[in-house]
Amino acid sequence: MAESIVPESIQKSRPASDVDWSRVARQGALGGLTMVFIAAAGMVTVLDKRMIVDPWLSLGLIILLWVPVFFGFMAAREPTPDGGEAPVKGERDLLAGMVTGALAGLYFSFLIVLIDRFDISDWLSNLLPKLVDILTFGRGIGTAAAIWIIGSALLGLIGGALQVVSPRVRRMVTWAVVGTIVVAMLELIVTNLFQGLHIEWVADLLYAPRGGLTTQAAFVLAVVFGISGFRSSGKSLDQRRQERMALPKEVLARRNLIAWIVTVIAVIFVPMFVGGLTNELLANVGLFVLMGLGLNIVVGYAGLLDLGYVAFFAVGAYTTAVLTSTESPYWMPELTLNFLRPEGWIVVGAVILVGSIAGILVGTPVIRLRGDYLAIVTLGFGEIVRILFLSDWLSPYFGGAQGITNIPSAEIGPVVIPGTNSQAIFYLLAVFSGIAIYVSWRLQHSRLGRAWSALREDEDVAEAMGINTTAIKLTAFVTGAIFASLAGMIFAAKVGAIFPISFRLLISIVILVVVIVGGMGSITGVIVGAVVLIGVLGGPTQPGLLQEFGQFKLLIYGALLVVMMLKRPEGLWPSLRRQRELHHDELRQDAWLTGDPGQDTAEVDA
Amino acid sequence: MPDPSPILEFRSVNIHYGPVHVLKDVDIEIFPGEMVCLLGGNASGKTTTLKTILGMVEPSSGDVVIDGTVMTGSTTAEIVSMGVTMVPENRRLFKRMTVYENLEIGAYLRQDRENLEADLESIYEMFPRVKERLSQKAGTLSGGEQQMVAVGRALMAKPKVLLMDEPSMGLAPVLVQQNFDIIKQINDVGVTVFVVEQNANMALSIADRGYVLQTGRIVLEGTAEALLANEDLRKAYLGDADSA
Repeated sequence: MAESIVPESIQKSRPASDVDWSRVARQGALGGLTMVFIAAAGMVTVLDKRMIVDPWLSLGLIILLWVPVFFGFMAAREPTPDGGEAPVKGERDLLAGMVTGALAGLYFSFLIVLIDRFDISDWLSNLLPKLVDILTFGRGIGTAAAIWIIGSALLGLIGGALQVVSPRVRRMVTWAVVGTIVVAMLELIVTNLFQGLHIEWVADLLYAPRGGLTTQAAFVLAVVFGISGFRSSGKSLDQRRQERMALPKEVLARRNLIAWIVTVIAVIFVPMFVGGLTNELLANVGLFVLMGLGLNIVVGYAGLLDLGYVAFFAVGAYTTAVLTSTESPYWMPELTLNFLRPEGWIVVGAVILVGSIAGILVGTPVIRLRGDYLAIVTLGFGEIVRILFLSDWLSPYFGGAQGITNIPSAEIGPVVIPGTNSQAIFYLLAVFSGIAIYVSWRLQHSRLGRAWSALREDEDVAEAMGINTTAIKLTAFVTGAIFASLAGMIFAAKVGAIFPISFRLLISIVILVVVIVGGMGSITGVIVGAVVLIGVLGGPTQPGLLQEFGQFKLLIYGALLVVMMLKRPEGLWPSLRRQRELHHDELRQDAWLTGDPGQDTAEVDA
Repeated sequence: MPDPSPILEFRSVNIHYGPVHVLKDVDIEIFPGEMVCLLGGNASGKTTTLKTILGMVEPSSGDVVIDGTVMTGSTTAEIVSMGVTMVPENRRLFKRMTVYENLEIGAYLRQDRENLEADLESIYEMFPRVKERLSQKAGTLSGGEQQMVAVGRALMAKPKVLLMDEPSMGLAPVLVQQNFDIIKQINDVGVTVFVVEQNANMALSIADRGYVLQTGRIVLEGTAEALLANEDLRKAYLGDADSA
């Protein structure tokens, strides 16, 4: 028979004609839809101004071009059958990827033709003729459509090819592309850093005068990243962390200690070498780390979903404002937020006290509620607090919509920390966050921390074991409230004027997203979450590193949250405990297969 | 009867959930070292009885007396400190905590922290499997292992009275037998055991005495042998499968 002389590997690779066309059609349609959505959301128009590689590649194009690659990649992916061997990759997958890309390009060119022929900007305000100019590259509509279809087909082909090539080559390509784009995106901070280090000429070499990498720099970077990708072991960060867990406990403890020392040194020295802009970002991150750590205790440790967390932030800010502002009727000239004088500590003490009282006031009525009900009621409380500060009734004290202005800056002895000096504000926040980290860490491993875990797991049984659930719930609320009100205190001293509008529901949501995306119950996770969301994307009002995305921030938050919940529910940097909780079945299987039930002995939250 | 003064006593306890009269003038007496079972079908008030003992439900009238002290209106923590612990229905372990942490929570209210190690050891001795699984998530254990941990967790509180809610629920027949052996073992070392069960046959085979609860009222009580021989009970619980 003919088959017997064909090598086995080719036998298993089904011929090019044998493509799963329904899958291709589905992925192609999804890809086309994604591209249309991105264009309709206005991202292309806005981001087109931002150059990635000068002069031919803008961010606006990149956020379209990844789509055919991704869906081509997905279309060429074949799931390994249960217990069977992975199918051998071949030309079939290239074809699948290419057709998927071509389909996506085809659907997208329908959109181009549509907005070229008809003015539909009444319905979809972002689909303006300007978009057509960008998408047709100044050529005729027919040529443009052809370019999009053929271009997408090629990109889809690349996506399919990524399935076929060896993992090593795939890593090389991904590293080269992603690394280069990341360096281009980080232009602002890199330039800033090089200026701080007085080596601006490197930045001049990398970046073109009107923004974006120069073509030569992009090429060099791609080669460098490609080589490092090719040489890398390809182990994910998670795998490395899991492997580290296997190390003896003393080694692990020492490494953790070293990691923390390096972090502390970086926190101390990095702000000195970067410019004001980066420091502003760092200060924003610091603020959300402090709040995130507080919410992490309530949500991550005790499992109480609090959607009104901003209330405590507001209470801290208003307490500081009322006590120290020259405008407040309760202004006492001797009270300033001076950390080296007793009156400063009176302010801090008052903020902690009022924050705790707020925690008890909000906590007590909701303590009997569970799950959804708790979330709904705390949501209400968050709004109540904001509306109280806004109300005419309390405006003699809190200034209503006008808020409280003229809040003096924080001071350390004779040194003033003006809100405009983000570096100093960052250090201040770093100190408070450091304390919060220490407190969180000690609590996590305390008897109370265990009781919180039990509460999170099964409230009834926790109660039956003699745990006073009411008391520990209140403790969680109060601890969280204290962290948030301290953040509010620094916030008030930083901005100098506070208004009820500064304490919207959105803040609660963003802090919660920081905790969830970072990894609930993980201290490092909160920091990672704050860096990624607040530092890179930007906070509710603060711009982030990727300022271009400013107006799409919430869209990206939402998309990120959906993707995280589907693909990585344990967060970016989970406590290893939580990661195992969510994937414990696999691990259990592994443990059973290797006959080593004790493989997950080490319980260290790195 | 071994000791004249009961360690756990219900004095005509009545419980109302709103308009619903759940327990009606219930009198129960359990003496130190005894193993007593409470039998009853669904919605007869068995779980409410346990909740009342633990102070999670407050009687509308009547008293719960533990070790000679009237504990009506006390908090669960106070009652657990008196030496009463429960193994909940379906084990209800803290699934995403390790076995060790589960045991630790059991000893949450213990003041004599220095004795914990020794007590852990005695639990490992009773259940060698538990020791092997200490650092594993409780949720990843098999049903039988979970039952051991649930019992271990309760024993870590050093109880004088162990309450067991439906120990046979959700377990394979082989494990039910094993489970009742464990209960017997615990009783043999002097812990008073109060078992709430639907599986009357199994419960009565190891218990000293039993009570039968029907729609909130104690309808029968007596020694295990007497109950086993009782015609009505046989009809209601032991005979036809349709009544349980």
